[in-house]
Amino acid sequence: MIESFDLTQVNWARAQFALTAMYHWIFVPLTLGLAFLLAFFETIYVRTGLEHWKTITKFWMRLFAVNFAIGVATGIILEFEFGTNWSNYSWMVGDIFGAPLAAEGIFAFFLEATFFAVMFFGWDRVSKRFHLISTWMVAIGSNLSALWILVANGWMQNPVGMAFNPDTARFEMENFWEILFSPVAISKFTHTTSSSFQVAALFVIGISCWFLLKKRHLAVAKRSIVVASVFGLLASGVVAFTGDEGAYTVAQKQPMKLAAIEGIYAGEEGCALCAMGVLNPNMQPGDDDDPYIFAVKLPYVLSILANRDPNSFVPGINDLVYGNPGQGIVGVTDRMDSGKIALDELARYKIARKVGDDQTAEAALALFRQHEDDLGYGFLQKPEEAVPPVALSFYSFRVMVALGTFFPILFIALLFFTMRNKIESQVWLQRLGVLSLFLGYIATQAGWVVAEVGRQPWAIQGLLPVSVARSNLTTATVQTTFFIFLVLFTVLLIAELRIMLKQISIGPEEN
Amino acid sequence: MIGQLDHSVLQVLWWLICSLVGALFIFMTFVQGGQTLLLTTTKDEKAKSLMVNSLGRKWELGFTTLVLFGGALFAAFPLFYASSFGGAYWVWILILLTFVLQAVSYEFRKKPNNPLGPRTHEVFLFINGSVGLLLIGAAIGTFFTGSNFQLNDYNLVSWQHPLRGLEAAFSLFNLSLGLFLVFHARTLGSMYLVNNLIHEDLEGSLRRAAVVNLICSLPFLLYVLGSLLTMDGFAVDPATGQVAMESYKYLHNLLAMPLQGLGFLLVGLVLVVLGVILTTFTTKRSGIWVAGPGTVLVVLALLFTAGYNNTAFYPSKFDLQSSLTIHNASSSHFTLTAMSYIALAVPFVLAYVAYVWRAMDMGKLSSSDISADKGHDFY
Ligand code: HDD
Ligand code: HEM
Ligand code: HEM
Repeated sequence: MIESFDLTQVNWARAQFALTAMYHWIFVPLTLGLAFLLAFFETIYVRTGLEHWKTITKFWMRLFAVNFAIGVATGIILEFEFGTNWSNYSWMVGDIFGAPLAAEGIFAFFLEATFFAVMFFGWDRVSKRFHLISTWMVAIGSNLSALWILVANGWMQNPVGMAFNPDTARFEMENFWEILFSPVAISKFTHTTSSSFQVAALFVIGISCWFLLKKRHLAVAKRSIVVASVFGLLASGVVAFTGDEGAYTVAQKQPMKLAAIEGIYAGEEGCALCAMGVLNPNMQPGDDDDPYIFAVKLPYVLSILANRDPNSFVPGINDLVYGNPGQGIVGVTDRMDSGKIALDELARYKIARKVGDDQTAEAALALFRQHEDDLGYGFLQKPEEAVPPVALSFYSFRVMVALGTFFPILFIALLFFTMRNKIESQVWLQRLGVLSLFLGYIATQAGWVVAEVGRQPWAIQGLLPVSVARSNLTTATVQTTFFIFLVLFTVLLIAELRIMLKQISIGPEEN
Repeated sequence: MIGQLDHSVLQVLWWLICSLVGALFIFMTFVQGGQTLLLTTTKDEKAKSLMVNSLGRKWELGFTTLVLFGGALFAAFPLFYASSFGGAYWVWILILLTFVLQAVSYEFRKKPNNPLGPRTHEVFLFINGSVGLLLIGAAIGTFFTGSNFQLNDYNLVSWQHPLRGLEAAFSLFNLSLGLFLVFHARTLGSMYLVNNLIHEDLEGSLRRAAVVNLICSLPFLLYVLGSLLTMDGFAVDPATGQVAMESYKYLHNLLAMPLQGLGFLLVGLVLVVLGVILTTFTTKRSGIWVAGPGTVLVVLALLFTAGYNNTAFYPSKFDLQSSLTIHNASSSHFTLTAMSYIALAVPFVLAYVAYVWRAMDMGKLSSSDISADKGHDFY
């Protein structure tokens, strides 16, 4: 379909997408979680009528607004970037992928946009009750937007509910519910939102701890810490559970991603999980060296995680690339041959249809149908292309999980010392709290790196490689926009950080 | 139930929905218009802040409408989304950049310690209201004047002009449409502010601005309408799908749709003028609620003219047969059906938006709302 692959162009387009998505993702998790924290603070205020809870609500709301503005600014680029950077993708799967994006606009963004104005400016204009409802609506709206976009992303990781239409040469939707309730979509949504709640809890905790260190706004800080820690702790349970669920769906639907995350080259039965380790940087697909220079292994754990069975087989990169008939695994090498047949037959079908040769068309179509599951593999040039960057996936995953284990301990410690009114003397814990603000962001970015880098080279898992998904643009064009976005977003980020820091140092308006 | 409708009926329906969202967006450009008025209406900082705060309660709605417009086009007409955004790359990227600037400016403008400072953000807002709208106008203009692209057998687009979409701004028709939008937004913006604010000095200049900007917009409007009625259009033969040029195509379209074509256009224009007259020559504040619906009608008429009555709405002048119509660019029957169920939520959305709008704007905004003793609840 595309005559020549220009890999530099694709890589710049990927870099550009990664840049904008990762910037967007700096602001989004805080929006998702802080919106709920605001709703909690305000609910306490309305229930108790105590003015200091209103002060707390308003203080965090100010920071929320600064963050929200730039979240929106980065989001609009992303929405249109599917068209600008991945126009072939947009055409081939727009039938399926566009629908959740439109649903997001209708169901979620309008809730946010409408009630945000009430939440922020409505204190004296609407009743207390209506104001509270508005704050809840913002929280629900933002998390609904997460639902739809993650359904879309989940579909890219695990394309279901559709069929290939050879006449239009594209994928068309067949079952909306299957897409909405796909297990990958569900685990993405639950894991992403709950981990975002952690990020927001850590944000509130980090700033509150800073107040404690500076001996300012002590009452506001302690109250905020309690609410945020409870929220964060509850979220932690969900994060761990859904993270495990996520790993299971990855093992089932994207075994290559799992192999990369774990750095496994030769698959085995009763596979161990590498809890901590250093990868052998020279390892290539096909090698049979030891992939780790150093590793702490937990026996059987990966088999349990991946298949819920300690003795099950977990395939490695070599099994998936070169095939493993013993385990019934067809390798990339064979699937590429099959995919090339699918592509050739598709072309033959289209020509036959054009000249009205029904017989040839039918024969070509029948053969195409036999091979269509391997369609995407037909675009690959060599089998090793199907392996995502291993080291990036491996280390990002470990960073995320390590932090995911640490956060609940931090929340418990904070709750323990705050409830016993000893937090003010625990300077080490206050310092740790401030540091953890940054750790939250690192964990959440690492999570997306695992999810998205691990999906490479596919834009749509198994069906459409990124090199085919791209737009017909020159490398220079994409490079130019990459740098425009880089400079613009960085300037805006710096402005945002300085405004935030100033707002924090002004602090809540206590009287 | 919706699933029993014919594919072509759903395509017509979805062009209607997209047009409506687009028309509502153009109505919401009163925010952009207000942004450009900031530089020309007053030097008084207090008055300026009042305007910013009034517009600041609405900018997100307009922005979100634009986002929905993009999403709806993606879902309903993916081939358009793919060809236009991936093809006319620079024009869209520039439009988007101006909206990025808009999104941060309200919140950041007056915040202490902002390295960019209030002036910069006012310039950002101005760029969004001028360059942003001008390019949007130029992009919409290509619905009538055509673009330079070609689709291959697999519907992959290749753009045939080195400016990648920016060439649209060099057509007199597209440029006039863009400039009309800029001035029209200013007309709407002044009417909205008259409606929303209490401030004596401002009120006088805003009421005047409404008529001045209407007059400025007229030459461009007349040029656009004059050309539209006389130009050749991209007609589709419904039997074969072949695209060919037809003289007076858009005039024919308007006449073929006496209600939703010519009717909407004329009624809409009259309403816009009426709204301005109410604003400038009476003491009424409701001009925006007359001219606003008028704007919606005009845009609907234009978009219907572009898409209905066997017309190619995204024509290629480079290769006529690559032109996009609402039939060849649409999603499958299944997707349009599913999306139609989702679209049933639109009336509810409009209802709560209207409810909240009313609740928030019951009392007009005045200087006392943004005075220091109110804390930090304003931009
Ligand atoms: C504060 C952030 C945070 C924390 C502490 C964790 N995660 Fe996570 N994780 C994310 C934030 C995140 C994320 C950013 O939300 C991702 C990216 C895509 C997604 O669905 O969620 C993600 C993805 C993600 C994936 C990839 C799913 C895919 O590729 O489809 C797995 C397997 C896990 N996580 C597993 C875990 C486990 C076992 C954790 C330990 C308790 C954990 N995560 C903690
Ligand atoms: C907001 C958090 C997200 C982050 C941080 C993120 C990160 C990334 C990264 C790093 C890449 C490049 C991967 C590589 O080429 O190595 C990428 C690619 C991509 N992502 Fe995501 N992503 C996010 C969310 C999403 C979502 C929700 C979707 C879909 C709705 C999505 C769709 C894509 C697409 C289409 C590409 C380009 C094709 C590709 O390179 O795979 N991303 N993203
Ligand atoms: C790559 C795919 C994505 C696209 C195309 C996208 C698009 C957008 C757009 C257009 C906006 C501005 C909406 C407005 O007018 O208010 C926005 C904001 C937002 N998006 Fe994204 N987004 C993506 C990824 C995500 C993900 C993965 C999430 C959540 C899990 C998310 C959650 C949000 C939220 C909560 C907002 C509200 C404002 C804020 O960010 O602070 N988005 N997004």
